[in-house]
Amino acid sequence: MNAHPAIGPALGQPDASDDGIAKGEVLLKVDNVSLSFGGVKAITDISFDVRKGEIRAIIGPNGAGKTSMLNVVNGFYTPQQGTITFRGVERRAMKPHHAVRQGIARTFQNVALFKGMTTLENIMAGRSVHMHRNVFWQMLWHGPALKEEIEHREKVEEIIDFLEIEHIRRTPVGKLPYGLQKRVELGRALAMEPSLLLLDEPMAGMNLEEKEDMSRFIIDVNQQRGTTIALIEHDMGVVMDLSDRVVVLDYGKKIADGPPDEVKNDQAVIDAYLGVAH
Amino acid sequence: MDFLHSILVKPFADMASAPDFLIQVLWEGMVSGVLYALIALGFVLIFKSSRIFNFAQGIMVVFAALTLVGLHERGVPALLAVPLTLVVMFFLAVGIERVVLRPLVNQPDIILFMATIGITLFLIGFGETIFGGENKRMITQELGIPTGSYIFEPFGGFVSIEQKDITAVIGAMVLVAGLLLFLNKSKMGRAIRALGDDHQAALSVGISLSTIWVLVWFIAGVIALVTGIAWGARAGVSFALEVIAYKALPVLMLGGLESVMGAIIGGLMIGVLEKLFEIYWGQPLLGGNTEVWFAYMLALLVLLFRPQGLFGEKIIERV
Amino acid sequence: MLYRVAGQFKTSYEADYALFPVRQDAWLLAFILLLAFVVFPMTANEFVFRALLIPVLIYSLAALGLNILTGYAGQLSLGTGAFMGVGAYACYKLVTIFPEMNFVIALAISGLFSATVGMAFGLPSLRIKGFYLAIATLAAQFFLVWLFQKWAWLYNYNTSGAIQVPNIDMFGVTVAGPNATAIVQYYFVLAIVCAITFLAINITRGRIGRIWKSVRDMDIAAELVGINLMKAKLMAFFVSSYIVGIAGALFVFLWRGAAEAALFDIPLSFRVLFIAIIGGLGSILGNYLGAILIVALPVILSTVPRAFGLPISPSMVEHLNIMVVGALIITFLIVEPHGLARYWAIIREKLIIWPFPH
Repeated sequence: MNAHPAIGPALGQPDASDDGIAKGEVLLKVDNVSLSFGGVKAITDISFDVRKGEIRAIIGPNGAGKTSMLNVVNGFYTPQQGTITFRGVERRAMKPHHAVRQGIARTFQNVALFKGMTTLENIMAGRSVHMHRNVFWQMLWHGPALKEEIEHREKVEEIIDFLEIEHIRRTPVGKLPYGLQKRVELGRALAMEPSLLLLDEPMAGMNLEEKEDMSRFIIDVNQQRGTTIALIEHDMGVVMDLSDRVVVLDYGKKIADGPPDEVKNDQAVIDAYLGVAH
Repeated sequence: MDFLHSILVKPFADMASAPDFLIQVLWEGMVSGVLYALIALGFVLIFKSSRIFNFAQGIMVVFAALTLVGLHERGVPALLAVPLTLVVMFFLAVGIERVVLRPLVNQPDIILFMATIGITLFLIGFGETIFGGENKRMITQELGIPTGSYIFEPFGGFVSIEQKDITAVIGAMVLVAGLLLFLNKSKMGRAIRALGDDHQAALSVGISLSTIWVLVWFIAGVIALVTGIAWGARAGVSFALEVIAYKALPVLMLGGLESVMGAIIGGLMIGVLEKLFEIYWGQPLLGGNTEVWFAYMLALLVLLFRPQGLFGEKIIERV
Repeated sequence: MLYRVAGQFKTSYEADYALFPVRQDAWLLAFILLLAFVVFPMTANEFVFRALLIPVLIYSLAALGLNILTGYAGQLSLGTGAFMGVGAYACYKLVTIFPEMNFVIALAISGLFSATVGMAFGLPSLRIKGFYLAIATLAAQFFLVWLFQKWAWLYNYNTSGAIQVPNIDMFGVTVAGPNATAIVQYYFVLAIVCAITFLAINITRGRIGRIWKSVRDMDIAAELVGINLMKAKLMAFFVSSYIVGIAGALFVFLWRGAAEAALFDIPLSFRVLFIAIIGGLGSILGNYLGAILIVALPVILSTVPRAFGLPISPSMVEHLNIMVVGALIITFLIVEPHGLARYWAIIREKLIIWPFPH
């Protein structure tokens, strides 16, 4: 891990993301970002910030540009205008794997697991960024490569315990039910030990019980590990309960930003969800 | 300096000094190009309607030609052998749909691609087992295709254009026109295009997948037969021709997998350019026979700048 | 009963990572190695060595190389034959320019050449995917074979245009060339194939193997969990072509004895691809099973009809062979896309719980 000293120490310790930013300070800042595909404007001039240690929700009707916003944050899309400042470093264009190395991990709206691999392998894949033994050690296997593998296996087993998925450790994820796949995906993101965790509709398609489990995991991750979380979610009950602050998008524009109670009563937000003549 | 001169100046000087020869080269390249385009066209049709990258399209050309010649060898009159070959191609289409495609519905694209490589091999082995592996002569005259040639003398030079090549070009144009008419005007043609746009949606409005697939593979078989006759007339008929079949692949890379126009333009471009390169650069500088790789390298180069081909649609990746 | 795993407990992660967590697997492997190192050499004759054992080993190695690229990293290649050619020609130049060089070192270096060329032709994989990439590898196939023909320096300006393997000694024993005995060549190939298989198993089960499989299963997600796609793909091309190149050098030096450019043409690429598909993509064991089937098939096709008194000509055997291989590919893709290796996995699972059905 010596190559990336800035990335936090082991999981399980309080306040895992020791990134030199105090709790409550700005961790991620998005300034005047605009993104378009050909002539279609997905995001227009959006600014907001995420503070260290909080749970930040991004909500809005379908097609509001929420997922595009996450894609911009983790480097998958490059915005035409505006800048992203993460941990005090400003950037516009970057590769997604660089974003991961800086400490941004995410889950996806449609589960994006490696279907041919087992739960264990999927979560271990999330630790790739933290493993560094080269090809030659890998070929010999015994010695340093094995030692590294076991070290990381222990951390992965912690995550598996935490998410209560011990029984499916060796099952190929393609065979798992949807709810469990979502949980494995969260496990993979946690394995990256991010300081900012992006969750794209973590509870879509779940039943009530599964939603409750997932909410508990999200709160635990946030409180026990001190991981900052930005999430997109359609279930307003969940959003209002979980999040510290909410940003509302509509047609690629920001229409409200603030604590849940304030946003809930904002006229623009009510209009966007109920629909008024523009 | 000499080196630069030999690649940048001399070839063009050669072209200018013997314009009649240049015309001859362009014509030859264009005829090959038309045939490449035809093979690629059969392929585009199958891809559009079923998302299958049909590696076997080239081999179907040889198989069709071999069946035609083989039937004639066994005493079937030439003009009867053509419809009989079409019947064989029809049953081939039915067989492929039943045995290969139907069980593989909804498999990943790459599995289907490998299955068509299996079809390729099976057809080679099957064709050779029945008709033998030696090179055969195409029954050009028996089919009533003129074999003479026209001589022109432009710029005081000499250009010879073979009548069978002209027939091939005209045949190809008629075929393409007919195909475009069928795709755009007939009910079946619209169904094929619908299937290409959205599989699920097409199925849900009552278009039968099996029927369309058999039809499309049969049309590909018809195209294969026409191409096979034209090609066989130039080079004889045997599975050694499969090399030519591989030419359709770079044409597709260049033209984009889904574009009929792309296949035609890509075919012509590759036919003409590879001939020019071979005559003016390949033979004097590289020891010749550059036609085996030129098309691929050209396509690769284009793809590096336009991954979707010259006429393909740009894909926006989503997560 | 033979495969009962009850009572075999693992108390550390290290024990869990043993190559054979189940004891019986180790016994089985020991048995196979005993066959390969002791029983076959004692019983096989010249024909069996040259027509079955040596080619099976070499084809397995080539398929192993391709499998790393296609089965593990998910990048389909149709140019394996040409990369084998690069290994063979590089090895030929090395042993003729430096006759004193130890042959194993020459082999190792020739692998580097094919790996570099493979990586160069793998560069388009950063921009293009799937079928397009498969076709791009055909560019390597056609271009390289053309180069083998036209670049006379590669075959030392022989008038035949072919490379002839000279006699090569190692520690006083002739391992390659006209004077080499079949049994020595068999042991030589066996040792190299075993060593590379061991390394390949290790590399595919650790971090790098996981990275490759992630790229194969979903490349976008792989990038978003922090995997550098460019590095992962190029490394797959490098390692794969390295193994394929060594297989190519062995192919010419320890088996064919001579080679011309056409030997490395498309049919060879396809043969190796089919071994990998029939054996099982994404499996190490499968390469051996596939190679046994593909090498033995023509032998079976020519001997079985004769045993029934049916006359069958050599060309007929060849045609039938092609046809049957094509049919086998289709059958496997339909019935069991994971190939022969999956059958073994299923049998093993049944044995573990035998005599109970579930």
